[in-house]
Amino acid sequence: MSLDYVKFSPGFESFMPKEYRDMVEHGPFGKKTTVSQMGNFKEILEEHPMCAGCAMTLFIRLAIVAFPNPEDTITVGTAGCGRLAISQAAIPFVYGNYGDQNGVASGLSRGLRIRFGDKPKDVVVMAGDGGTADIGFQQVLHSWFRKERFTTIMLDNEVYGNTGGQESGMTTRGAVLKMAPLGKKFEKMDMVAMAKIAGCAYIATVVPNNPRRVESCIKKAVLIAREVGPTYIQAYTSCNIEYAIPTDQVMADAKAVEDDRYKFAEYVSEDAKAYLAERYGYKEFAQKPVAAITNV
Amino acid sequence: MSDPVIIGTKNKKGQIITDAHIMMNEAPRTPSFFTGSEVIKEAVRRANVNVMVAYPITPQSEAAALCGELFAEGYIGDYFRGESEFAVMSQCAGAAFGGARVFTTTAGPGTMRAMENFPMWAGSRLPIQCIVTCRGINSPLSIQPDTIEIAYLMNTGMLVWHAETAQDFYDWILKGYMVSEEPDVHLPLALCCDGFFVTHTKDVVDLTPVDMCLPPYDPYRSPVPCMDMECPPVRMMRDPFVMKSNYISYATHASWQQEVWAAAERSRKHTIAWLDGLIEIEDGDAAVLIISSGTAVSQGREAIRLLADEGVRVGLVKVKTLRPWPEEELREATKHASHIIVPEFNVIGWMAKEIKATIPRSERVVAGPRVCGGMTLPPEVIVEEVKKAIGMRSGVLAGRGG
Repeated sequence: MSLDYVKFSPGFESFMPKEYRDMVEHGPFGKKTTVSQMGNFKEILEEHPMCAGCAMTLFIRLAIVAFPNPEDTITVGTAGCGRLAISQAAIPFVYGNYGDQNGVASGLSRGLRIRFGDKPKDVVVMAGDGGTADIGFQQVLHSWFRKERFTTIMLDNEVYGNTGGQESGMTTRGAVLKMAPLGKKFEKMDMVAMAKIAGCAYIATVVPNNPRRVESCIKKAVLIAREVGPTYIQAYTSCNIEYAIPTDQVMADAKAVEDDRYKFAEYVSEDAKAYLAERYGYKEFAQKPVAAITNV
Repeated sequence: MSDPVIIGTKNKKGQIITDAHIMMNEAPRTPSFFTGSEVIKEAVRRANVNVMVAYPITPQSEAAALCGELFAEGYIGDYFRGESEFAVMSQCAGAAFGGARVFTTTAGPGTMRAMENFPMWAGSRLPIQCIVTCRGINSPLSIQPDTIEIAYLMNTGMLVWHAETAQDFYDWILKGYMVSEEPDVHLPLALCCDGFFVTHTKDVVDLTPVDMCLPPYDPYRSPVPCMDMECPPVRMMRDPFVMKSNYISYATHASWQQEVWAAAERSRKHTIAWLDGLIEIEDGDAAVLIISSGTAVSQGREAIRLLADEGVRVGLVKVKTLRPWPEEELREATKHASHIIVPEFNVIGWMAKEIKATIPRSERVVAGPRVCGGMTLPPEVIVEEVKKAIGMRSGVLAGRGG
């Protein structure tokens, strides 16, 4: 987007809707806003219809704040709770069919590259565990194998929350949920390992109770996807309704799950490290200078 | 319609971007002897397509692969093989959401697997062109010509055209983009033909000059925002409708569905101009008419010739577009007909049902002859049906013994 869009035409300021005026004057477009400034600027995602205490909503807010170029970012999703919030954000959200978000994102990313060439247009998929690991599995894996250059974020609440609490492939073994009346019979799917095998250039597992870490991971994932290859972030975003987590215990639950099965892990391919270092100045990935040859 | 600034300039491949009316109606044509699959390639070569996604299924695999050669030659911006028809149609949707001109092909079970996408394309107002080379749908397995998938496509909100010949196919691929990309239409087009009969047979087709191409797609003529973030940052939605069980949410869905179908109706005026009418009539004053679409029309022509040899006068109505449906045209064309014979290549007889629902005194309609599963439809079978309808004695074509 040209940042000229985020300006008023002279003389029209007072006629613009309040919402738009606020977005122009206090929004994040063209500025370098961070999660630590939340509360001091108008966020791209504000109002939402999500349940009280929803960790997924907090994660989505953090993720959108972390987008490196919100003025040129398009999100893609599918059925699930997440889309109810994402579709109210002030950036475009594409909803295709059930579980085809990575197919839509493949076409979108390619179509935008043809039209805009080198100008970055970031495509970010945000879909649930059912959308990503079950109904969307084939298209997710194939988009990774094809090395499609966009970011996939799984909002993993380990259940089909939007349809009322059914078992998903990402549910832990033994959990009793709808459609698993005797408890889930198989292990939680290891999508991180599959992302690795399929060739993702960046993979991270995060929980929402560490905003700076979420921000750092999202930024890296989106930047790497611009040129190097597919990136995958798997976020634990509990469903406090279906798992009966008291609202004031949601963050404690996230910490407990982090310690149990969601330990922070990050994989960055060598190509991605070099790219981040050279293009975006990430010092931690810069090549160590070879020790000078000295005469001893 | 065409941006005058770019007309006369060259595209990346060096083709001259030409006003579509001049290219299709005035430019010299070169007769060429091609299969239907090759004709698809030649039309796409001249269509300024940005993205094509392919997947193998008989009988469209050859055309889809030939378009890959076009990509290798630089005529298509991007091209790849998807992982299933559902995925392919989703990938097409993504590219169209991003403002690209998109082309794809499918057939039979592939059409069915992709089906969830077609109403979504229409509802999202994506002017994708999908070639449907019709074949049988399981079960039992058949890869042979059969048009039953069209019955499903007619209720998706897409424009649906049914080509009879390779020449139709060539012209309509190019003209199809011009109709479906009109701002007051902006709908996907399912351009159907009968698999094998059209795709795998050779015919002489008059091609437009290879150094001319259609004007590129302009996504900013779309009636809905292009998802390219080249717009002011506004929230497109508050309170997702799916969350509400109230009149406003129902009315929103209902009014948009009506708008999609109204857009298909609005395509009439453009389609009539480009295709020279939604139907084509030969000897329309005859008391007996054969009406159909696709290659059933070709077989009807042969039957009419055979009947003429015996002194029986029969007229022909070729239906070119199924959506929009030529309701008024068919009422007018059948006003004086006493018998209407509807030959079809499918078991359910969707064409006969549509015609019966359209014209007064539907008992005039003979819903047949129909063949399916790859059987041929010899003109003699149509001749037999005509004679039976008008009370003529006829020889037995294939007896059951006795």
